Amino acid sequence: MISLKDVSLAYAGRTGPVLALEGTTISVGRGEFAAVVGPSGCGKSTLMKLVTGLVKPTTGVVAVDGAPVTGPVKMAGMAFQNANLLPWRTVTDNILLPLEIVEPYRGKFRSHRAEYVAKVEDLLATVGLKGFGDRFPWELSGGMQQRASLCRSLIHEPALLMLDEPFAALDAFTREELWCVLRDVWQRLKFTVVLVTHDLREAVFLADTVHVMSARPGRIIETRDVSFTRPRDLEVCYDKAFTDIVHDLRNQIAQVRKG
Amino acid sequence: MNSSKIESLAPWIFVIALFVIWELVCKLFGVSTITLPAPSDIWAAILRYWAPLLRNSFVTLWTTLAGFALAVAFGLFLGLVVGWSRTIYRGLYPVMIGFNSIPKVAVVPILVLWFGIGEIPAILTAFLISFFPIVVNVATGLATIEPELEDVLRALGASKLDVMRKVGIPRAMPYFFGSLKVAITLAFVGTVVSETIAANAGIGFLMAQAGSNFQMPLVFAGLIALAVEGILMYAATAWLEQRMTGWAFRAQGSAAA
Ligand SMILES: Nc1ncnc2c1ncn2[C@@H]1O[C@H](COP(=O)(O)OP(=O)(O)OP(=O)(O)O)[C@@H](O)[C@H]1O
Ligand SMILES: [Mg+2]
Repeated sequence: MISLKDVSLAYAGRTGPVLALEGTTISVGRGEFAAVVGPSGCGKSTLMKLVTGLVKPTTGVVAVDGAPVTGPVKMAGMAFQNANLLPWRTVTDNILLPLEIVEPYRGKFRSHRAEYVAKVEDLLATVGLKGFGDRFPWELSGGMQQRASLCRSLIHEPALLMLDEPFAALDAFTREELWCVLRDVWQRLKFTVVLVTHDLREAVFLADTVHVMSARPGRIIETRDVSFTRPRDLEVCYDKAFTDIVHDLRNQIAQVRKG
Repeated sequence: MNSSKIESLAPWIFVIALFVIWELVCKLFGVSTITLPAPSDIWAAILRYWAPLLRNSFVTLWTTLAGFALAVAFGLFLGLVVGWSRTIYRGLYPVMIGFNSIPKVAVVPILVLWFGIGEIPAILTAFLISFFPIVVNVATGLATIEPELEDVLRALGASKLDVMRKVGIPRAMPYFFGSLKVAITLAFVGTVVSETIAANAGIGFLMAQAGSNFQMPLVFAGLIALAVEGILMYAATAWLEQRMTGWAFRAQGSAAA
């Protein structure tokens, strides 16, 4: 589904070019759940922008769905650490936003609105926001806003979901609850996911493969398969095998941080 | 009487107190009407000249509103253009700053040469002086879209136009309506300045005439008329702002809580 070959990217910084990625090679299969971890500033968010076609690689090739990426991929769902909901729209209208943009929904948005609203309500129920559709974002807590943001990234049933630290600002309980929400939705729809996170337990619990990046300029220095059986229960986080992987990853990142 | 009632009455109490003190000072120290007319003299002038005052207030009002309407249309348009792209923003900004720093009083004689004495220079002065804050505010609203939100939309295949329609323009609306309060005040200043220099109607003209005839109470009556008009127009735009962009106030309120 996603393949980057020997990709490097330099930003035009104010004091000269900043090399964010260098020689990055990664591939993610269709329907795979991939997690990316690495020290802060190593280029994880940059990687997300490359895959979605928001920035062009300086060298190398990015391909999604077998075709080289030359512009925005026009279908990826994205969610970030900040929910970024529009304060003048209700929760429902916020979640409908992608349907006003992505084809084929866009063309028939007016005539099918009722159907789409029903879809939003289903999705709200799965993330535990049933009955909050008519509220405005500022009437919601941070965790609830993040749930709504997740709904917005999923409403058009994207083949590709890009998550950049979506749970980073949440408390531990809400975070684990949303892990399970994401796990269940993914289990049902089997889209491809790339999840950037600083939480190694989150990465190991959710992902099929965990990619570890080096310090800037970022490169994938290890890809680790996580093969716990699905569907996973939160209890798996307390298995020895689980904590061993987390421990290993932790040490690796500590090492690349030291340089 | 509870304290919130007192609070709502407070502005009136202060206004009345101001006039009472003014009246007392004039009467106690025997200030001549030519220097500073007492409120009672002004009131007498208002009663005596209410017809010309009303007629000229109306002229000032409509010229201000005409200039303001032009400023809104043009300011909104230019603001959208400038906020649309960084290149246009960079290119036009210095030009606009330069333009804005010209005192508009200096432009009035030119406008009079072009259009003759009358309402047109007043309308144009009001327009020229008031469109700038609208442009800046609209452009700022557009230019400060959260980059991550833009990423979300662009990854969905949104065009620049989509981003502007769905996010940029709604987002710029509180800035736009906020700038209207400033703009209407400036437009009013522009009209009156132009009327004072070169016009044959309007409160500015009436005051200039009355001044040259040493009719000080009438000059002050004109001043009062201006104050009333200014307050009404400000209040109207403030009300409009509240009505149109209530979400922005509520969103901020809850963020602060
Ligand atoms: N627009 C930009 N212009 C210049 N340099 C940039 C820009 N965006 C990012 N960088 C630089 O590129 C590097 C990688 O940034 P990126 O945001 O991808 O890191 P990250 O891995 O997502 O970090 P974090 O974990 O803190 O979110 C950083 O060193 C940053 O300074
Ligand atoms: Mg980042």
